[in-house]
Amino acid sequence: MSDTAAPATTKKDWTSDQEVRWCPGCGDYSILTAVQMLMPELGVKRESTVFVSGIGCSSRFPYYMNTYGMHSIHGRAPAIASGLAVARPDLDVWVITGDGDSLSIGGNHLIHALRRNVNLNIILFNNQIYGLTKGQYSPTSEVGKITKSTPFGSLDRPFNPISLAIGAEATFVARTHDMDRKHMMATFRRAWEHKGAAFVEVYQNCNVFNDGAFEKILAKDARPTNLIPLEHGQPIRFGPEGEKGLTRGPDGELRVADVADVGEDALVVHDEKRQDPSLAFALSRVATGPYEPTPIGVFRAIDAPDYGSAVQRQLLDAQEKKGPGDLESLLTSASTWTVSGNGTNGAGGPSDSID
Amino acid sequence: MAPATAHNGGTLTDTAAGARQAQELDRVVIRFAGDSGDGMQLTGDRFTSVSALFGNDLSTLPDFPAEIRAPAGTMAGVSAFQVHISDHDILTPGDAPNVLVAMNPAALRANVGDLPTGGILILNIDAFDERALTKAGYSSNPLEDGSLSGFTVYEVPMTTLTLEAAKDTGAKPRDAERSKNFFALGLVTWLYHRPVDPTLQWIRDRFGKSPIVAEANTLAFKAGYNFGETAELFQSSYQVRPAHLPPGTYTNVSGNTALAWGLVAAGTLSKLPVFLGSYPITPASDILHELSKHKNFGVRTLQAEDEIAGVGAALGAAFGGHLAVTTTSGPGVDLKAETIGLAVSLELPLILVDIQRGGPSTGLPTKTEQADLLQAMFGRHGECPVPIVAAQTPSHCFFAAIEAARIALKYRTPVILLSDGYLANSAEPWRLPDVNSLPDISVPFATEPNSTDEDGTPRFWPYLRDEETLARPWAIPGTPGLEHRIGGLEKADGTGNVSYDPQNHERMVHLRAAKIAGIVKDIPPVEVDGEEGADVLVLGWGSTFGAISAAVRRIRARGKKVAHAHLVHLNPFPANLGEVLGSYRKVIVPEMNLGQLSKMIRAEFLVDARSVSKVQGQPFRAGELEAAILEDLDV
Repeated sequence: MSDTAAPATTKKDWTSDQEVRWCPGCGDYSILTAVQMLMPELGVKRESTVFVSGIGCSSRFPYYMNTYGMHSIHGRAPAIASGLAVARPDLDVWVITGDGDSLSIGGNHLIHALRRNVNLNIILFNNQIYGLTKGQYSPTSEVGKITKSTPFGSLDRPFNPISLAIGAEATFVARTHDMDRKHMMATFRRAWEHKGAAFVEVYQNCNVFNDGAFEKILAKDARPTNLIPLEHGQPIRFGPEGEKGLTRGPDGELRVADVADVGEDALVVHDEKRQDPSLAFALSRVATGPYEPTPIGVFRAIDAPDYGSAVQRQLLDAQEKKGPGDLESLLTSASTWTVSGNGTNGAGGPSDSID
Repeated sequence: MAPATAHNGGTLTDTAAGARQAQELDRVVIRFAGDSGDGMQLTGDRFTSVSALFGNDLSTLPDFPAEIRAPAGTMAGVSAFQVHISDHDILTPGDAPNVLVAMNPAALRANVGDLPTGGILILNIDAFDERALTKAGYSSNPLEDGSLSGFTVYEVPMTTLTLEAAKDTGAKPRDAERSKNFFALGLVTWLYHRPVDPTLQWIRDRFGKSPIVAEANTLAFKAGYNFGETAELFQSSYQVRPAHLPPGTYTNVSGNTALAWGLVAAGTLSKLPVFLGSYPITPASDILHELSKHKNFGVRTLQAEDEIAGVGAALGAAFGGHLAVTTTSGPGVDLKAETIGLAVSLELPLILVDIQRGGPSTGLPTKTEQADLLQAMFGRHGECPVPIVAAQTPSHCFFAAIEAARIALKYRTPVILLSDGYLANSAEPWRLPDVNSLPDISVPFATEPNSTDEDGTPRFWPYLRDEETLARPWAIPGTPGLEHRIGGLEKADGTGNVSYDPQNHERMVHLRAAKIAGIVKDIPPVEVDGEEGADVLVLGWGSTFGAISAAVRRIRARGKKVAHAHLVHLNPFPANLGEVLGSYRKVIVPEMNLGQLSKMIRAEFLVDARSVSKVQGQPFRAGELEAAILEDLDV
């Protein structure tokens, strides 16, 4: 709350004394490490940092951060964090959630936090499965998923979290993954720098219930071929030699092309600051799932008024116009009348009423 | 306004205005009834306001359908507003109207049953055509079939006279016709000697931006007033003198306004910013509207995406050190239950305001009921105790809000504040309190570690309790050195770390229960309005206060003895309640539910209480309770 600069810290300062209880080999560990390593770099204060989570494996996260934190109830973290961020614009508020937490039971709160542009950093751990309840399909699981609750294969079509966030008017949308700490840290930093709601999807492996869900794109040798890094102002190209790129077809759809065939000038240049969301949305549809070339990085980062600042401005305006609140004036703000001590206003005399 | 225009109705004789006898009344109950679109709530409201300014004591009962515009002319679309004005202190909006103003046949048919023989009926006869009568379900015209012979009927062509009055304003006839409620208001203003200027001023203020509407309303109001004065229709007008009320400054206030002001006051008295997270719902929305006006007090209002987010946002703000509130009605309480459970586990202050309405499910959104008491007590999973405070009159909503905030802050707990649809919309004169006499309800935030590790390192334990209150420290983000994590998982006593230890869970369940039960030391004993020798006690809670008190007055006027106690605190109960209950031969518990408080006191005190129940979406009438109490007195 004070304006003094934060003291220099290390990862250790941001690590709580609680034993981490995720399954050995869980992708959550590397995300935790990335965040704990990023914090000292951001130069922020532990006391001014709050992690709010819902329910699920990922939502245990706040216990492991030596900051203020709240492990709340299923799906509600964006709502609770919105209240905190609006009440306390001086804080850095992070929301830690999973695909079930934020896209199923808490879908409503996620989209509204995004559309309001509340100053939150929302990190969605997407492992495409319900882990804490031991392995049911999630709203991001692929069609046909065989799980305990879908022994004959799941029937529902999955959400694309990036498309959903863009559709919900999110002003910052990014994707990263649990195999690349540097990329995670850079992406989380961008989210933190963004004023307003920042949404980051993290592809995260659940090695117990959905092991290898992202293998096709995240295996070390698969990454050059199947990850499409997004860099603002740069032509979008990928491949071990940069031999592939994205072009826009006559129907507006983005397609993977050989640079040699189309020429570098034909490649789409990434513009994360475009107000119109069509490019970001088209990028979110390039891959139908994590088994073909998939964009990672910042899809969209536009400037827009954040909700908490707007609220603050209305309060200040009201105080400027009406002066600070005064209880007595409030109570007498409607019509009032006075009854004097000698009863001049009352001619009725002592009451013997029966009503 | 020329009286000649009144001839259109064919029932008037042309005479010059003459001074007629003004008859003195000690009180009168007037009911305005019309179509939902006829502006009856506004008419009643205006009549109430001028009566308040005039100095009468009063009590009101708005009664309107849930539909914004039900099909015009139907029984379902009838909207009514009853106001009781008097020259002495009164407690209820009146059992039955003395005067019924009916703007159409449906309004007549829906309300005439409540009008006692000899009552005054003022009808807009322009609305009594064949079609309207059929729509209202009349098979014959009540104006002609003798069914109204027991009443004094005034047939007034209100629509015609309103159109005539507004003809030069430039208002289209369709629009001008809508001013007929002001005609009715003008007429009743004359009939009861109300001052004219406050209404004229109000019309100017309210409709200033639409000069044609303002002019049409003004002319209709004056036409109604002059009609009363000029037409020799009314044998007499009536005076209800100002009431002999205790000295002070008064304002006329509804329950929802008073409650909102109480929350603003609680912010000032606790030196905390107020944060409201809310989702619109009848009949609670007016609190959201009112609080949204007071941003200069630092009040933040967030209209959330749903009921769950409303309470969630409030809880987040509570974690951040704000005075957090969420407002709703029954269906919203259902949805918020899980978050209230979290707040019980987190032990953070939070006020849930439940403006009860008829249930279950959507039920009767605009009608009153008291059927959420057991939900407030028990409507969450696990052992999940929550203090409950209930408001008993419109103005008491102000103090009940401050009391709910006091308990929430001091004990770091969610508190449920119960009001209901009747209190919410009903109004009464309120002698304003001296703001300096209101309590200081501020509590300190934690600023320092409260424990030390074995090696001497200072440590903050978020669940180390105050020995007196059992409240845990409230350490808000931004406080260096007190970083901590809380959550809905069971916590170890003291450290607050996640704990699955069976013994610890049992200890925590008992501690949470003991904390709430211990509030008993901090609330006043229940006061009994009793008499020497009374052996029957009427125990009430909430909005039945007025009706029970009036019934008790009536019984005493008959020379019989009865006692009355009214609970503000329903969890925990006041310390002396058991003793009080035990000292009467008979305990009667009137409630607008099927006996929820009576179940609670039977369970708690083994008292053979008799439940008197009413679930019609309408408050008790004093007469109904009088009869019910007499049954036990006459044994």
